[in-house]
Amino acid sequence: MNVVQKVINWSRLKSPWVLHFNTGACNACDIEIIAALTPRYDLERFGVLLKATPRHADILLCSGPVTRQIEDRLVRIYEQMAEPKFVVAVGTCSCSGGVFNGCYNIKGGINAVIPVSAYIPGCPASPKAIMDGVVKLLQSLEQKEGK
Amino acid sequence: MHNPSEEFKIPIGPQHPALKEPESFSVALRGEKILGVDIRLGYNHRGIEKACEERTYIQDMYLIERVCGICSHSHSTCFIQAVEEIAGLAVPRRALYIRTLVAELERIHSHLLWLGVAGHEIGFDTLLMYTWRDREIVMDILAELTGNRVNYGINTIGGVRRDISSIQIQETLKAMDLLEERTKYYIELGLEETTIIKRLSGVGVLSYEDSLHFDAVGPTARASGVKRDVRKDDPYASYGEISFDVITDTGADVYARTIVRLKELMESYKIVRQCLKNLPDGPITVRAPRKIPAGEALSRYEAPRGEDVHYVKSNGTDKPERVKVRAPTLANVQAVKHMLKDRFLADMPIVIAAIDPCFSCTDRLVSLKDDDKKADVMTWQALHDYSIKWHSQRGVDFGKLNKKLQERLSK
Repeated sequence: MNVVQKVINWSRLKSPWVLHFNTGACNACDIEIIAALTPRYDLERFGVLLKATPRHADILLCSGPVTRQIEDRLVRIYEQMAEPKFVVAVGTCSCSGGVFNGCYNIKGGINAVIPVSAYIPGCPASPKAIMDGVVKLLQSLEQKEGK
Repeated sequence: MHNPSEEFKIPIGPQHPALKEPESFSVALRGEKILGVDIRLGYNHRGIEKACEERTYIQDMYLIERVCGICSHSHSTCFIQAVEEIAGLAVPRRALYIRTLVAELERIHSHLLWLGVAGHEIGFDTLLMYTWRDREIVMDILAELTGNRVNYGINTIGGVRRDISSIQIQETLKAMDLLEERTKYYIELGLEETTIIKRLSGVGVLSYEDSLHFDAVGPTARASGVKRDVRKDDPYASYGEISFDVITDTGADVYARTIVRLKELMESYKIVRQCLKNLPDGPITVRAPRKIPAGEALSRYEAPRGEDVHYVKSNGTDKPERVKVRAPTLANVQAVKHMLKDRFLADMPIVIAAIDPCFSCTDRLVSLKDDDKKADVMTWQALHDYSIKWHSQRGVDFGKLNKKLQERLSK
């Protein structure tokens, strides 16, 4: 790894901005994601900042199973994100479809539609688990070469 | 350049910074003024009602909790009340008190959550951070009492799954004192802070008459002076034995809704204390049959967002024949269109947030019947013939298969 790549990697890891997208969740994982960002757990100390648009985000935090109506929108949001991009599936539903597996309007987990980098199980995933997942994802990126 | 006197439409959602859930609003604008709003739902539709028909009552209970993660106890209690009514079960008093206790703790967490979101929508992020910090106190208590922070799973058919110990009672009472002190500060803030008063007063007005016309429920209706609360009108669980006030306000705007929710928090602390003080002794569950006898029941419940209605029809098996959920947001969302008309676009996030919308609750399938068109009645044979014709037009021939089947049947 040369110096330029090291600097790129360092800066990237210090500011992983996230976009939260509800793909048909029951709100439980969504409120836990917000709880992880607020003072008790404070995910922001790792440089994580909630962003409003996919073009600013590095990590897409998805919650919930993918419903048929949201599928195209999810793909579109994923395509709008700039490289390098990572998808984190929060909660059992987004990992596999969970209790909604087999429902007529459900496509399955997030990985049925877009590639996923990290899975955080739990119904809902607790803020501690979400923090753990995000930090583990960042650790795994440390070794990768920055483009 | 766009001509400001012309009408144009902007889409908001399904992914939008002001919305926490995927829903789509198509807003017709002239300049900054909103001419009309078209709401498109269904992004969250998962087909829970149908899924309930394929699962047993016990499985349904956990599935119904996942209709909405914020008011999960509301949905599961509402569903179970209907099932218990059909089965004719007499739920022990201690179980009813524990249900009421969890229901009020849920209301506290939901209202604090709302206050934070409302603060966020008006650009007052300090309030978001404050309320969500305090909300963790009640989340800890819920985790302690039920075993999970969200989606508690404390209900079971015929009672509750967990008992409360005296240590837990002490801890809960301590937490209530702390939260009451914090809520008093928020009420003071709401009544005195000029930024909040100026931003929220006169925004999203829904008059008393309109509130009745659009059938608004919960704090949205109560802030318009409609004294409507299922806890008082049709007491369920142990609300009949508990004294509390129904908070109303005549302001009819977003500010009034904020004050109503803040004052409701104080009432919730009162109810929690009474529940813990008068907690009766005895069992927490009665034995429930696996198969529920045939029948139907409608159950009402005052969720933090308003009246929640569940309809359950059973057919004597261990699975329900039909489950219907009418969540409070479905009743309130029509009023939003009215509130936004002729208002500014900048008011939109807070007006939508003010009804405390929950679109995962709302996204149920609704079939609309065309009244002008007469319904077709078909006999079984006619339907059979129609199906053969339909398939043969598309190149599938069941003729040979049918002949084989009939030959086999005649043998």
